[in-house]
Amino acid sequence: MFQLFSVNKTVNFLRHAAPISIISMLLVIASFVSLGTKGINWGLDFTGGTVVEVEFSSPVDLNVLRSKLTSIETEGALVQNFGSSTDVLFRLPVRENIKSDIQATGIMKVVNSMDDNAIQKRVEFVGPQVGKQLAEQGGLAVIVALICILIYVSFRFEWRLAAGSVAALAHDVIVTLGVFSILQLEFDLTVLAGLLTVVGYSLNDTIVVYDRIRENFLKMRKGTPEEIVNQSITQTMSRTVITTGTTLIVVIALFLKGGTMIHGFATALLCGIFVGTYSSIYVASYLAIKLGINREHMMPVEIEKEGADQPPMMP
Amino acid sequence: MLNKYPMWKNLMVIIVIAVGCFYAMPNLFGEDHAVQVVATRSAEVTVTTQSNITAVLESKGIAIKRSELENGQLLVRVSDPEQQLLAKEAIAEALGNNYTVALNLAPATPDWLEAVGGSPMKLGLDLRGGVHFLMEVDMGEALRKMEEAKIADFRSQLREEKIRYAGIRKTPKGIEIKFRDAETVGVAERFLKTKSNDMVYSDGSRDGNFFLVADMSDAYIKQVKEEALQQNITTIRNRVNELGVAEPVVQRQGAERIIVELPGVQDTARAKEILGATASIEFRMVDDKADAAAAASGRVSAASEVYPRRDGGIAVLRKEVMLTGDHITGAQPTFDEYSRPQVAINLDAKGGNIFSNVTKDNIGKPMATLFIEYKDSGLRNPDGTVKMTKIEEVISVATIQARLGRNFVITGLEHKEAQSLALLLRAGALIAPVTIVEERTIGPSLGAENIQNGVQAMIFGLAIVLVFMLVYYRAFGFIANLALLANLVMVVGVMSMIPGAVLTLPGIAGMVLTVGMAVDGNVLIYERIREELLAGRSVQQAIHEGYANAFSTIADANITTFMTALILFAVGTGAVKGFAVTLMIGIATSMFTAIVGTRSIVNALWGGKRLKTLSI
Repeated sequence: MFQLFSVNKTVNFLRHAAPISIISMLLVIASFVSLGTKGINWGLDFTGGTVVEVEFSSPVDLNVLRSKLTSIETEGALVQNFGSSTDVLFRLPVRENIKSDIQATGIMKVVNSMDDNAIQKRVEFVGPQVGKQLAEQGGLAVIVALICILIYVSFRFEWRLAAGSVAALAHDVIVTLGVFSILQLEFDLTVLAGLLTVVGYSLNDTIVVYDRIRENFLKMRKGTPEEIVNQSITQTMSRTVITTGTTLIVVIALFLKGGTMIHGFATALLCGIFVGTYSSIYVASYLAIKLGINREHMMPVEIEKEGADQPPMMP
Repeated sequence: MLNKYPMWKNLMVIIVIAVGCFYAMPNLFGEDHAVQVVATRSAEVTVTTQSNITAVLESKGIAIKRSELENGQLLVRVSDPEQQLLAKEAIAEALGNNYTVALNLAPATPDWLEAVGGSPMKLGLDLRGGVHFLMEVDMGEALRKMEEAKIADFRSQLREEKIRYAGIRKTPKGIEIKFRDAETVGVAERFLKTKSNDMVYSDGSRDGNFFLVADMSDAYIKQVKEEALQQNITTIRNRVNELGVAEPVVQRQGAERIIVELPGVQDTARAKEILGATASIEFRMVDDKADAAAAASGRVSAASEVYPRRDGGIAVLRKEVMLTGDHITGAQPTFDEYSRPQVAINLDAKGGNIFSNVTKDNIGKPMATLFIEYKDSGLRNPDGTVKMTKIEEVISVATIQARLGRNFVITGLEHKEAQSLALLLRAGALIAPVTIVEERTIGPSLGAENIQNGVQAMIFGLAIVLVFMLVYYRAFGFIANLALLANLVMVVGVMSMIPGAVLTLPGIAGMVLTVGMAVDGNVLIYERIREELLAGRSVQQAIHEGYANAFSTIADANITTFMTALILFAVGTGAVKGFAVTLMIGIATSMFTAIVGTRSIVNALWGGKRLKTLSI
């Protein structure tokens, strides 16, 4: 039996909690600043518009391609490579009085003038009002998810822990959004799905630690809350590292091999898993301690059964 | 004794996994290249057609794997794509214009598997290519039409009851009926209320005139919208069938939108033309009292309207619609004795009765056929919605010679127009115009590429995880790996079993993610067993405690993830929904395999034995 972490010696994780939580706070502030100033690079799903993906038979010079897109239909097109040097993505904003398929045909005309064998791989058009609705729904979904979790964790554990877990989740969501904002990565529907998965995953981590904290509070008669939390984190560290490791491995596989269409999804998961793992310790557990969690909070509530004070009928 | 499963639990594990494997099996057989034949016009695909096609293909030396006739659709399977193309050409040539012959991929599930409900997972458009449309029904137009119908109802009902009214017109508040005195308002209100409770009435007076304002009740508006959506879905479904696409999806989304997915279709222009065109016809009497000169400058009586004629000039028609296109059950383009194109129309029983009555009363009078079409103007409103143009034209005016029944002809069309009118009428009229608010076309090569990428990522990730678990937990790792593989097979099995579940690219990502996260349950249990062993417990006790203590943690952790997946499913559309479905299934099956499945193996191998050490 070999082990990544030894359970015999408790590691004092919380010793570094104060400075790390300040870094965490700075990350959140930085994310907010970036979201406020740079905003999010919303994808087609949310903004509406037209996207055309074309595969050229040989690598193309994007500048030459751009200079050829001069017609009224192709005005305002964003041209970029997509995955490889032969795959090119065109993004066109919604334009009043111009039909989306005319925009797409305009693009293909220019493309075919450069390369007869180019294939149109994908065309997507989304109306702006659909996108707007989707953005509202997506934001709502994240909020509803957080509220449901708050209720469930309060019910299963205790409100101080619930507050800690929701703070950790909000932290993860904001920092992940911040990364997308700072790097100006495209935020599309799959990224939203990734974000919600991050919520689920990060909660997984938090709950495992909480479960152990609750158990240890009941089992260990001595020890300060800090000591008990430290002990709990140490005991679950092995599991955390292994599970995070295996999940990261497959997400990296998705990132590298999954293809360009789920790149955003994999990116969101990559940073979400990373942030979510440390936030279960340095945000969720630390906040619960700061909120004054102690042994009495963990005692199971005695449920008075009806007739419990009556003498039993049968000996 | 510790760590012994009762027989029924072991049996349950075996049965559940066996069922999962069984239903996952159809996915192994892949797909056959096939040619699909659907009848479009009055023709029908029958056993005779089938044997004709077999003969034609045999004469050309194309080997048929299997040919099936089902629901008026013929599916001919061949061995490879080359043969498929040859077969398609040969069949199209042999059958002529009345059939749609399309290339298709058919699941190659053996009959015995299919007989017990086994079918492979359905692939989303992002994996097999095709077009996706999101269409929005113009509810304003549906309500306006309904209001017009109500006005016509009011006219005839009040007239029949001999309640004198001074005029009916539409106002922003509703339909305003003008009366000469207050008593009649009351009489009319009481009478109209007995006829239907679709409307809310309010009365009032202004400048010595008395009014009754009828507005649609909220419940009625809701009903009208619901019916408009349902009817449009039916109509679009009919039109999709005319396109001859295999496994199309037409379903509602929310209160006003319809999703249409056409796998394999690349010719979007043609698909849009058929799906989006809103053509219908109305039969109206010509207002023969109208003064031609006055009409030319647009002055006609309140009960009439001026419309352009297709052959030039104008026609003055009564506002009252005698019959709408809704009652048309069949329409074929034909030629009259002078070889002029015409459309032969069949009506349903109700339409036949109405038509028979109105033509009986109007013999010798001119009747007009009004053609109404909504077209995507190609322009957009500032809010991004598509501007629709309404085209109304009188295509023919004919004198009613005799009482007409359920079958008659419309003349005055060009040959091509007759054909497309017949097609549109046969597919049913759209009750309200629809606009395409979202369109996605995925090329077939991209779809195949997406599958390949997803599978590659899965194999890559899976391999590393399997090796790691085996090295780190040894014998127990091997058991966890078995559980992981069983879990994957079960996810595939359940996905294949659920009729509505569709595998999408994010769905594959969900499966890949399941691989990473599913080991969590076993890691939690095994770490716990190790702890118990280090704490000095006996092997049997350690196993027992490990499973018992980890259970609540696993349950809590998975329930919360399941909740987020459920929320994703509720708000997500298309591909995201696909991801949520796989994630939910993955959570459920991984809990089963990780907790119950591994336990039964562990128990069978080591349960109840005196052991000093454990391979963990």
